[in-house]
Amino acid sequence: MSELKKIQYNCRKATFLIEKRMIDKITFREAIELRIHLAGCSVCKLFDQQSQLINKMVRQLFAPANATGIKLDDTYKQQLHDRIEEEINKS
Amino acid sequence: MLLTDQQVNPHKWVENYADYLYAYAITRIRDEEMARDLVQETFLAALERVDKFEGKSSERTWLTAILKNKIIDTYRKKSQGIVDNDIEKAEREQQDFFEEDGHWSPHRRPSAFGVDEHDPLHNKEFNRVLQQCMQKLPALWLAVFTMKHLDDEPTDAICTELKVSSANFWVIIHRTKLNLRACLQKNWI
Repeated sequence: MSELKKIQYNCRKATFLIEKRMIDKITFREAIELRIHLAGCSVCKLFDQQSQLINKMVRQLFAPANATGIKLDDTYKQQLHDRIEEEINKS
Repeated sequence: MLLTDQQVNPHKWVENYADYLYAYAITRIRDEEMARDLVQETFLAALERVDKFEGKSSERTWLTAILKNKIIDTYRKKSQGIVDNDIEKAEREQQDFFEEDGHWSPHRRPSAFGVDEHDPLHNKEFNRVLQQCMQKLPALWLAVFTMKHLDDEPTDAICTELKVSSANFWVIIHRTKLNLRACLQKNWI
């Protein structure tokens, strides 16, 4: 199988490169290979879009400003506060 | 204890930072009780070295850094024990994503999410499913994933802190996304 055929048909490698590209640089050769693959593979193209969407959503979901829905319960907070005061007074 | 430094005020810590730190912890370790404990440990550890606080960063940043180190410790502990099974199971599951030749397996091939892609960010239900899917990941994978995609930690720092090789790092990044994506598709109707 020619090198070109190999990448054209290898979705495992293409998805790996898609993930790597989002974080780090991929080599020039890898970039060309990926482009060739994506030009002919609509499934991996969809994977690429969904993967980017997932990253965006994860960021949004856990961004500090958005995590405000999550709260410690007040009883525990009171105990925690008392504990800290106790430690401060100890020393 | 001398608390003359105006930038540090432990009397206000719980009021000002407890919720923030708890939210930070819970999104990364998926265990309520452990997250609470870590918040407490963070405050106590911070008290012990309050004299070392130099005011170079904000109080919150300083406390978050302490918490972060504690979270990484729990990742390390977790990834030494039970997680091996988790990982084996997830690896077995993931092996059938692709055929021998690298093609998608017919039953694992991505198809469109049943969600309006222009507005999913505001879709609460979708977020809930995403959260659940993240919770299903092996602890080490979740650690790698959140340290990279949420905290933008440098790759080599993640490898050192979690004791994974660079090659394994990329394998985990790849597999995590394959699993997460598949889980979303499966559970999103």
